[in-house]
Amino acid sequence: MATYYQLDFEKPLVQLDQKIDDIESRIRVEEPDPALATGVESLRSQAQSLKTERAGMLSDIYSKLTAWQTVRVARHPLRPQTRDYIELMTRDFAEMHGDRRFGDDPALVTGMCRIGPIKVMLVGHQKGRETSEKIACHFGCAHPEGYRKALLKMQLAEKFGLPIVTLVDTPGAYPGLGAEQRGQAEAIAVNLREMSRLRVPIVSIVIGEGGSGGALGIAVADRVAMLQHAWYSVISPEGCAAILWKEANEQTNTAAAKSLKLTAADNLELGIVDDVIPEALGGAHRDPKATANSLSDWIVRTLQELKKQSPEDLVNARYERFRRMGQFLEQAPA
Amino acid sequence: MTKTASSPRSNAPAPRTWSEVRPARRASIPEGLWLRCPSCAKMVYRRHLEANLNVCPECTHHFRIGATERVLQLADPETFQEMFTNLQPADPLKFKDLKTYRERLVAEQVKTGQIDAIRAGKCFIKGREAMLVCLDLTFMMGSMGSVVGETITRAIEAATPNKAKGYAGLPVIIVSCSGGARMQEAGLSLMQMAKTSAALARLDDAGGLFVSVLTDPTTGGVTASFAMLGDVILAEPRALIGFAGPRVIQQTIRQELPEGFQRSEFLLKAGLVDRVVPRANMRTELARLIDYSGR
Ligand SMILES: [Zn+2]
Repeated sequence: MATYYQLDFEKPLVQLDQKIDDIESRIRVEEPDPALATGVESLRSQAQSLKTERAGMLSDIYSKLTAWQTVRVARHPLRPQTRDYIELMTRDFAEMHGDRRFGDDPALVTGMCRIGPIKVMLVGHQKGRETSEKIACHFGCAHPEGYRKALLKMQLAEKFGLPIVTLVDTPGAYPGLGAEQRGQAEAIAVNLREMSRLRVPIVSIVIGEGGSGGALGIAVADRVAMLQHAWYSVISPEGCAAILWKEANEQTNTAAAKSLKLTAADNLELGIVDDVIPEALGGAHRDPKATANSLSDWIVRTLQELKKQSPEDLVNARYERFRRMGQFLEQAPA
Repeated sequence: MTKTASSPRSNAPAPRTWSEVRPARRASIPEGLWLRCPSCAKMVYRRHLEANLNVCPECTHHFRIGATERVLQLADPETFQEMFTNLQPADPLKFKDLKTYRERLVAEQVKTGQIDAIRAGKCFIKGREAMLVCLDLTFMMGSMGSVVGETITRAIEAATPNKAKGYAGLPVIIVSCSGGARMQEAGLSLMQMAKTSAALARLDDAGGLFVSVLTDPTTGGVTASFAMLGDVILAEPRALIGFAGPRVIQQTIRQELPEGFQRSEFLLKAGLVDRVVPRANMRTELARLIDYSGR
């Protein structure tokens, strides 16, 4: 245990993990000797009570995460990504590649699959797990060809009458020479416009990071949800801190994360998302399977509900969903 | 989410009318009889500059101008009927960085004489009626918060043809200049990108015309939403236009950016805008496009 990536605010767990490890290895050594049976029994109960204590501590830490700590959990290197969820909650995945114009961006994965009883088109950001995959995916920062590929497959879904599921997990769209030259802004903008009028149900879930236009570019949906420890906002805390606090450091990142109201609970309150999907205790990375189960339950439930609406009603309701967004003051015209 | 006239207003900066805040200086061009052109470094007589639509008479550098000036340059005299002036920014997130958003809003309102970073209304352009929307760079870098997003959306909706009602609609012209989404409204400003783009989908479905005019600078969430969705996209010469800002790109790729990168002429070459149009020709160009569109 405790060999995985350690978040600083999880440090209190380390000592307990160490003790539990020690006891369990003693149990392994002493177990075969019948003369030590009573001792082993008491070790077992010690281990059990330490584990209970640990679960309590974990639950305590995760119930009090600050906004900046939430961002750190959302970026945990072992956090499940789109391809993990494809593995864990879908069957018969038929990946579809390429935008037919420039190339195939691995930072956006698209393809048909089955989730529970439903056939869907799945579109999701992929950050990459191994170094080579991370580099190919630009750490989840998609290029214009990625957004165009996503749109092409979503339009295919419309033709096939398949509902669309999108998994959002990006720090933001890629800022680079080629991306600008090939029209990063145009690619995202077109997705926003076209998703708003696709005549099939669309659900989006922010599974990790929901960074700005790069996230929204696949998230104009009938229902939008966030995993419990995901974040979603207009800019990353570091980006915001660098601009408004003139410097990004631990302290300004913490302040910026708080000001940006980027947690799942904040977004729910602002009406930007419709639901928050619970994660396993201590974050999705501690139990990907359990998290995938709650994710697929939500998707199936939501799609079954949306299926009842006619395409016209669906598109109109989607328009109204985004039409309501924003808060301002309005005086009665004089 | 929309607060109406009856909503409590205690959290917001005190309401201001145009006449209360108007007589401020024009913030986009420094004061003084003479000024130095940032492009050719020659001294330019202010009167000459203004008479030349704020384009440098020496080198044709297009100075940045505010929304009020833009409207004056584009609309036929006395035809601009401003709309949606009853919308005012709120502070839904109670945002605070080194200053509070409320303090910033009041300071910007006093500095610019604007309520927010946008002016919209009906006007005539060389005798053709149009819906004209101008972003204002002088107000919080022209950033898009709820008021900007809502004003654009209402303008598009008001100009969208409606066959059932026998309404032919109006050509929509949006002149953009913006640093992007307004950070102080965080997720809500992000959602303005989807809102305005969805309104343009409806305009398109109804067969309406949208001409997007990009001016220096147009970046971030504004570029990545309505600004790049024009049926026709025009750009002023040498305007900075992009998704990511040059500094962010430089930090990411760790190399010098090529000369002219993200400028109008670069976008023209990349196939991302239809035409680069000098300010002096913009009215003629817009009128011509309206004629060609048959709208
Ligand atoms: Zn000059």
